[in-house]
Amino acid sequence: MSMNRRQFLKIAGASTVLGLGGASVVNSLRRGGLEASQMSPDPRGLVAKRWGFVVDVSKLTTEEDYKRCTDACHNIHNVPVFKNDNLHEVKWIWKEPFENTFPGIEHEYMSHEFKEKNFLVFCNHCAKPACVKVCPTKATFKRKDGIVMQDMHRCIGCRFCMAACPFGARSFNYLDPRGNDIDGKPLIKVENKTFPTRMIGVVEKCTACYERLAIGQQPACAEASNGAIVFGDLEDPNSEARKIIATKYTIRRKPELGTQPSIYYVIGGSEHA
Amino acid sequence: MLEKALTGSKRYWTWIFVLLGIIGVGFIAYLQQWKYGLGVTGLSRDVSWGFYIAQFTFLVGVAASAVMLVIPYYLHNHKKFGKILILGEFLAIASVTMCILFIFVDMGQPMRIMNVVLHPTPGSVMFWDSVVLSGYLFINLIVGWTTLGAERKSVPPPFWVKPLIYLSIPWAVSIHTVTAFLYAGIPGRHLWLTAIMAARFLASAFAAGPALLILLVMFVRKVSKLDAGTEAIQSLAKIVTYAMTANVFFFLLEVFTATYSGIPGHAHPLTYLFFGLDGHTALVPWMWTATVLAFLGLGLLIFPATRRNEGILPIALLSVFIAAWIDKGMGLVIGGFIPNMFERVTEYTPTATELAITVGVYAVGCLVLTVLYKVAIGVKEDTAGEAEHH
Amino acid sequence: MYNGGKIIAGLVVFLAFFTFPFYYNLGKANARPEPKLNTPVIQQLAEKKCVESKDVMRSDHMQILNDWRDSVVRDGNRIYVNAEGKRYTMSLQNTCMNCHSNKKEFCDKCHNYMAVKPYCWNCHIQPKEDKS
Repeated sequence: MSMNRRQFLKIAGASTVLGLGGASVVNSLRRGGLEASQMSPDPRGLVAKRWGFVVDVSKLTTEEDYKRCTDACHNIHNVPVFKNDNLHEVKWIWKEPFENTFPGIEHEYMSHEFKEKNFLVFCNHCAKPACVKVCPTKATFKRKDGIVMQDMHRCIGCRFCMAACPFGARSFNYLDPRGNDIDGKPLIKVENKTFPTRMIGVVEKCTACYERLAIGQQPACAEASNGAIVFGDLEDPNSEARKIIATKYTIRRKPELGTQPSIYYVIGGSEHA
Repeated sequence: MLEKALTGSKRYWTWIFVLLGIIGVGFIAYLQQWKYGLGVTGLSRDVSWGFYIAQFTFLVGVAASAVMLVIPYYLHNHKKFGKILILGEFLAIASVTMCILFIFVDMGQPMRIMNVVLHPTPGSVMFWDSVVLSGYLFINLIVGWTTLGAERKSVPPPFWVKPLIYLSIPWAVSIHTVTAFLYAGIPGRHLWLTAIMAARFLASAFAAGPALLILLVMFVRKVSKLDAGTEAIQSLAKIVTYAMTANVFFFLLEVFTATYSGIPGHAHPLTYLFFGLDGHTALVPWMWTATVLAFLGLGLLIFPATRRNEGILPIALLSVFIAAWIDKGMGLVIGGFIPNMFERVTEYTPTATELAITVGVYAVGCLVLTVLYKVAIGVKEDTAGEAEHH
Repeated sequence: MYNGGKIIAGLVVFLAFFTFPFYYNLGKANARPEPKLNTPVIQQLAEKKCVESKDVMRSDHMQILNDWRDSVVRDGNRIYVNAEGKRYTMSLQNTCMNCHSNKKEFCDKCHNYMAVKPYCWNCHIQPKEDKS
């Protein structure tokens, strides 16, 4: 049969594409995978309809009080510590003064003590998270119990979620978290061998200690806070968290944006009323 | 037709090798970033999008501007654009290529790019951005190559090209609208949360893109026999004028709303850009330069005497292009992150590595453009030559 | 043949590149990988069994780990019931590496032989081994 060079190239190209494409389709159909029935949650796991936090900063007075909470989290999650490097820092929970936590609410007649009172800020696990909406791969997604999770395996590092989060809760691994700081010391100060680190190029944030909840434990920051952070099911009228927000005056960060954050900050506890 | 790009003068080949050299340098810089992470750039926890995404945003606009040739030619029979349509389409291809590359170099885990395809998320604007940009590249490649091939053989293009060309018109508008939606749907960032974002993007695109195209057309006229004609250039220049007027007007509208309403959150980003915030003034000289260039370019374009002067016209067009590049790229993207969500200022300056990678990507775009233009010029010179013989 | 010189030269260069993997590895030992199972934890096991049988693990451990990953991270599960009804916690770092604490003598043996570089351990902390 006679064909010219152009026809030959077209047939060769088409067969290659069909061949490779067909092979990969057949391959992916063949792979069985595990049965869903083989995998189940730990029976000790805590369940809820909507997890939330209540933070009462009147119970946090010394530097030690704040550090205990932030260290509890960062230590068990192998979060790298970037000293004096606010460009590349990674933080899941930290303290911010009132005027930065709730920008716009402070006024000129407010006392210095109030303006500079430190609050603990971390991911709000919003009911309508902007970050989940924008993630192109569902690497960040909302669980049925309300926790906004982060799938480090799927994250492509596009940082759209960081642009979208109105609360600045997210950090990106610009550098290798397993590397060293400028003094040559490891960035990860305390290694928890039962929890992974992350690698460069993915976004991370507070994930409400999902790995602790799964075995029946409270989030680390709540446990270390001596009652300043109360974690509970906001949809359960009998939970301590729900009782507090039903009886005390609480505010949330930037509620007007509609993301429905799940951290309620107690304002004016009984001591200050 | 690609063989047209394989023969050329000494100047042509020197240019190709210079571009390849620049691409090589950019690639080596990228290897640094690959190894050490995006920490080699000036990006930070607060300013998480910077130079790469700024270029991406700007170039999507340049890519969309091909529609400013297609609409008059196909919808309004403005045949004067006949000679340069292909140049517009090829500019779109080069621009979209650069857009895709800028996204790639900006990603933290670029090897996972297929996750966007494997786990499609219709609720995410970024998903749609990848869809429409790929589609636009595809359309322009097919339409450009087919029409040029048909012209080479002196036959009309196949019937199915026409519907694709008509499709490219709303598609071009959509690529830039969707890119604008990346910003305009974010709840927390005041500079971006504005309904006029997409309109501003399109106006700026239709000013900067055709401006660049006219400059390229004038350059093509110098180095080859392909002459678009003064009327085509003037027609396109008028489009740039109207688009830039709209662009400047829209920007002033933004300034009014931010300043007159008095809402601090609204005004802070613009204050940072033009006057500095808390003593941080890195972008102030850039924004004022952009302002001066915008009005200079616009002024020179509005008055026919200066617009028709082909010595002054390039200055006007370059001013418009640079002003749009600064405003849409650096001003818009960086300004959205400053002040941060805690009302603090973390400034951003691109690093040398970052700039090297950026220039490398631009060199790839220039290479694609050079090769495609060489093919287009080659074909058109041939057919014009044959027409003369008949 | 037109341009015969250039074509033959090009073909030679092409063949040189194409056969590079073969002659580069000539003479290099490519013995079968022998992954070692003599870790302290395994030696103390009453029944020396993995999560699934050896054959299943050898051919499917990649798929099993992928499924575990999605089940734990995305579906909130934790317990895996294997083909014999035994229960395990789904965790590479805490279950698999607990027994197979000798990554260099176990995991790496086959991975190096096959020239695959799974990047699990970029994040999942690998057990410290004495010989580094």
